[in-house]
Amino acid sequence: MMSAQKWSFRITPVRMLLLLLALLAAAIAVYRLVTGLGSATNLNDEWPWGLWIGFDVLTGVALAGGGYSVALIAHILHIEKFNAIARSAMLTSLLGYLLVMIGLFLDIGQWFNFWRPFVSWGYHSVLFEVFWCVSLYTTVQVLEFGEIATEKVVKPLHKFFAKAMPFLLIVGVLLPTLHQSSLGALYLTQVGKLHPLWWSPYIGLFFLMSSFFVGPAMVTVETSLAGRAYNHWIDTKILRSLQRIGFTVMLMYLALKIFDLTSRDAWQYVFAGGLESNMFILEMAVGVLIPLVIFFTAWGKTRAGLTTAGAMVAIGVIINRMNVVITGMIGYSGAGYAPSWMEWMVTIGLVAGGMLAYCFICDNFRILEHEDEQHKAA
Amino acid sequence: MSKGVLVDVTRCIGCKACQTACKQWNDMPSSIPEFDNNLGHPAKTNGYTWTTVYHRVVEKDNQDVIRTTKFQCMHCLDPGCVSACFSRAFQRDPKTGAAVYHPHLCVGCRYCMLACPFNVPKYQWDKVFPLVSKCQFCFDPKGKYDRVGHGQAPACVSTCPTQALMFGEREEMLQEAWNRINSNPNYIKHVYGEKEAGGTAWMYISDVPFEELGLRADVTERPIPQYSHEFLKYTPPVIVAWGGLLSAMYFYTKRRKDVAAEKDKGFKA
Ligand code: SF4
Ligand code: SF4
Repeated sequence: MMSAQKWSFRITPVRMLLLLLALLAAAIAVYRLVTGLGSATNLNDEWPWGLWIGFDVLTGVALAGGGYSVALIAHILHIEKFNAIARSAMLTSLLGYLLVMIGLFLDIGQWFNFWRPFVSWGYHSVLFEVFWCVSLYTTVQVLEFGEIATEKVVKPLHKFFAKAMPFLLIVGVLLPTLHQSSLGALYLTQVGKLHPLWWSPYIGLFFLMSSFFVGPAMVTVETSLAGRAYNHWIDTKILRSLQRIGFTVMLMYLALKIFDLTSRDAWQYVFAGGLESNMFILEMAVGVLIPLVIFFTAWGKTRAGLTTAGAMVAIGVIINRMNVVITGMIGYSGAGYAPSWMEWMVTIGLVAGGMLAYCFICDNFRILEHEDEQHKAA
Repeated sequence: MSKGVLVDVTRCIGCKACQTACKQWNDMPSSIPEFDNNLGHPAKTNGYTWTTVYHRVVEKDNQDVIRTTKFQCMHCLDPGCVSACFSRAFQRDPKTGAAVYHPHLCVGCRYCMLACPFNVPKYQWDKVFPLVSKCQFCFDPKGKYDRVGHGQAPACVSTCPTQALMFGEREEMLQEAWNRINSNPNYIKHVYGEKEAGGTAWMYISDVPFEELGLRADVTERPIPQYSHEFLKYTPPVIVAWGGLLSAMYFYTKRRKDVAAEKDKGFKA
């Protein structure tokens, strides 16, 4: 059965570079697992959480949010015109979560004990919800990918996967709703520690909403990258109407931000100057205000405009998550934190590995050209 | 009823006997002293030091005076660390009131370090498989290091030569604290730990403001676990309502699409 398959993987200079980065990261990861966190990272008692939690986990999960927002729009609401992008969005999301799992695994001190919370239920902890939902959701996504994979390998199983899809899709939207918000809610315990520009009773809702609207943004960026690489262009109209849903949620996000800052009397911090204010203004300008302006001007109707807005939204969410984990904690911690080169290389290498896996899967499975197949998934 | 310790900063002479007693009782390694400008060593608790004595020069009545303050886990009545741990590696013993760390359950995520309002849990950063490290209130369910479970005072309290530390029922310690404050105008009218983080087993009284001693001033009086609960209590209703809504939307929109497709067919035929 397998022998009948044709596998291909073109090697280009870019892919070579990605491969090198991924291998370097793998070597450092082994070094970290063998020698411990202290020797590989710049973490310490003042900074128990750093780049790996901030970027690999918190940001990674948010950027992979495209999987659930697009699944909700295309498969739960059955808005068919989005089917063209659903598969690539869900694939990116699956790879994103796998990387998050690796990042988490590298970050925990007792990594051989990673399964503990499955049997020792600390259900009072927001982290417990995160842990269960992220693991279950990753499993669900692997199963969802099973529906695609069985088109090519172990074909007899395909009909089972196709049958299970409705259930998987519904659970696959429910779980991210829970853990996207709980990732933010982790910081509820940081009352009085996390800077008031970011600590908010609504931080869970902020994380949820931003993970939702960054989905369409990421999908736009990704399709423009894939479009160039695979010469597979998605209709600009589709991208625009997908982004419209994202930007609607973003407007609600902005309204909630304004309400939140007002109700906590926190506007003073926005204009107080200094690192925190500047980073907050940068986050809001790059990630929310300028993209909104672009979207509602004529340029926002073009592919270039949409892609630019999408990229800015994604960068804005990255800045937001890093602000919560790092900028917002500097004042309280009193000490600075800069990731070690090994922390950087692992993070970069993980992203590179994910991009390689994406290319490999697109080369071999029907991710981009699959319109005819969609009735099964839907 | 759980236990408590009253720390009277005015009686502490900064001899660090408590710190030594802690190391000896709990088999913790010592280290080469590196005195920093606050005269204390180590300046902060760390992966191998559960308690340390802060030395601070503070101004009182226009004079510079030295105040020394023992610091360790506060053993909160409703501890942030216990609620933060997703694998139940932190548990509070209701009888003694000790917040105890159980190493074999720990995953090493370090969320407890963030969630503690007093920044107590520390980490053994130099180890390949590091553990969290903090004062256990000399309570050990396994028995080896247990004192409080047998009704004895913690090692530090027994050692203190000036009775700056006093061990007993928490309620009685609180009463004692207010008695001392009310009978001597020298004290600040505040028991640190009475309300902080919802109340703690270790409580402090002092004649200089607590933040000048090195204790965190702006601790919320609401127990940390309530902040998480405020969020987590919505999880079950969200699962039911959102899950139901998603299923309903899925089948409704699918049916609508199928019906539309049927109609199309009928039209063409
Ligand atoms: S002081 Fe910190 S470590 Fe000690 S019981 Fe309270 S929350 Fe836990
Ligand atoms: S580091 Fe260990 S004790 Fe602390 S929250 Fe994580 S699993 Fe629990």
